[in-house]
Amino acid sequence: MSFKSTDNYIASSELSTAVNAAVTLERPLLIKGEPGTGKTRLAEEVAKSLGLELIQWHVKSTTKAQQGLYEYDAVTRLRDSQLGVEGVDDVGNYIRKGKLWQAFSREQRCVLLIDEIDKADIEFPNDLLVELDRMEFHVYETGETIKAIQRPIVIITSNNEKELPDAFLRRCFFHYINFPDAQTLKAIVDVHYPSAQSTLVKQALEIFFDIRKVNGLNKRPSTSELIDWLKLLISDELSAEQLKSGQLKSALPPLFGALLKNEKDIHLLERLAFMSRRDS
Amino acid sequence: MLVQFLLHMKHSGMKISTTEWLDLIAALQASVSATTVDDFYLLARTCTVKDESLYDKYDQAFSAFFEGVRAMPDPFDFDLPKDWLNNPTLKNLSDEQKAAIEALGGIEKLIEMLNERLKEQKKRHQGGSKWIGTGGTSPFGHSGYNPEGIRIGGPGRQGKAVKVWEKRHYKNLDSGVELGTRNIKVALRALRNFARTGSSDELDLEATIGSTAKNAGLLDVKMRPERHNAVKVLLLLDVGGSMDYHVKASEELFSACQSEFKHLKHFYFHNFIYDHLWLDNHMHRDNLTALNEIIHTYGRDYKLIFVGDAAMSPYEIAAPYGSIDFYNEHPGAYYFKQLTDHFEKTIWLNPTAQEQWRYVQSIGMIQKMMNGKMFPLTVEGIAQSIKALT
Repeated sequence: MSFKSTDNYIASSELSTAVNAAVTLERPLLIKGEPGTGKTRLAEEVAKSLGLELIQWHVKSTTKAQQGLYEYDAVTRLRDSQLGVEGVDDVGNYIRKGKLWQAFSREQRCVLLIDEIDKADIEFPNDLLVELDRMEFHVYETGETIKAIQRPIVIITSNNEKELPDAFLRRCFFHYINFPDAQTLKAIVDVHYPSAQSTLVKQALEIFFDIRKVNGLNKRPSTSELIDWLKLLISDELSAEQLKSGQLKSALPPLFGALLKNEKDIHLLERLAFMSRRDS
Repeated sequence: MLVQFLLHMKHSGMKISTTEWLDLIAALQASVSATTVDDFYLLARTCTVKDESLYDKYDQAFSAFFEGVRAMPDPFDFDLPKDWLNNPTLKNLSDEQKAAIEALGGIEKLIEMLNERLKEQKKRHQGGSKWIGTGGTSPFGHSGYNPEGIRIGGPGRQGKAVKVWEKRHYKNLDSGVELGTRNIKVALRALRNFARTGSSDELDLEATIGSTAKNAGLLDVKMRPERHNAVKVLLLLDVGGSMDYHVKASEELFSACQSEFKHLKHFYFHNFIYDHLWLDNHMHRDNLTALNEIIHTYGRDYKLIFVGDAAMSPYEIAAPYGSIDFYNEHPGAYYFKQLTDHFEKTIWLNPTAQEQWRYVQSIGMIQKMMNGKMFPLTVEGIAQSIKALT
């Protein structure tokens, strides 16, 4: 069982080493990187290539660690007790399994994605320390201990909005997805749009890197934005010449809305384009 | 072997715990993939480095470990082992390089030049493309572009390109470097003070059960507000004059603060604190706020943060009528003390590089008035300053 680039996902050798180490040693793998470099996609691809089920837990700012284990629905139970509903005496009927519990109770090994862990409260990772380390937890209401039948492959992504606690980091393997170089990007585009004309892709990549080089952009376009943009270019049936004629030097690239999502950035680029026109 | 590795990494300032080290050994035993040094480099990094800002440090430490020499230091204050100079690197050079060297007058000439330059460099302590360093165009150093160069501080064996860890891809992720808003936000997160305020949107289970019981079993749901960061921050920013060079850093700090703190107030000043501050920088003359008003409006629990380069004439601090904008009856220090006395926690963030502080008299004066609580405006500096604020 080992993870490599697939037909629709390009993983660098560094990334596959990290994934394979985490899979073999059954440690959670923490993935960081610029937004849009394929962190969430990684879990899907790992699950697909290893033929395992994927359980996704998307973390929000209001998510509590407890919700990943289980939730005790006390209000429903109180209400049911007033109405005399069957089964109200069994507390187990009012316990909702969280994603972690679901992953632990699978007979087959599965992949558990904890997406954007940094979105939650700063204490969130600390609350999951033991659960992720020993892959077990205690249910206070029923007094049972849930232990993972098969230790799931845990992939955690972070956008670095919050620093993660040291104790948590010690228990994870870590990989930072660096922004791909031109060659890797070309491979990524080939995987997504095999039919695109190679000159168009080349031109598009040049423009893309030119834009990424512009100083002072609030949000530099990333891989997923490049792919969206190419999709538009291809569906508009633009040719490489047309793309070139609208290059950064003279004006904004066509369909730039897919690349730049910030008003300020668009203004900045317009100003630069204006200045270079004036100079030439 | 790996014990040495762990000790070396620890010695180089990497924080590696024993568990992580055991993980690495387990990973090696499970023979995940470590067949080459490159694989080992990756595997060890995955297991032991948990922050991309430490990648660069790791690269250097790793390089030093494997080559048995210290990573190439910066051109400033360094010592080169002598044997590097006595030991000709000829065997590492390709035929073309040898030819190029011949064209320059042979290896002896080159080494002579290197020796000379070393002496000069020690004398002058000066940077530039001529000196020995990394990534330059000088013929001496490594990771450079000069084909006939002498390699210092890195392997040139097998005529192969530089190793991964020597490329130092992650240099700009190092935490000592200039900051972007995201980095500042991360640093500012440490400044938190939770309190329950705002609308009640969280179920208070205990109160609900209690009141339901009191209510003879009829369900009575109790809600309570969620916990929020309730820390209050008053930001005073120096604008204009010498601060023009630091506009970007200040802007970034400001925008990070804005998204991080709900209770954030800010005012501007120029060079130093006098009896008035202003809220809007564009109309600063027309819209002044008296210092007294600020002191009376904002409670002692506000954390006071000054941002400024603290570079000015000493008169502006110590003498009445010393200000360049105001007719200040009292010296600036008088007003400054009013502020710092009122607020419990005060810090000063300075965007100028810390090495230069001691050359500016006014920085020393303010540093003293702040009881040393002046910090550089870098991620590290902010992290330190947060400690002083809590």
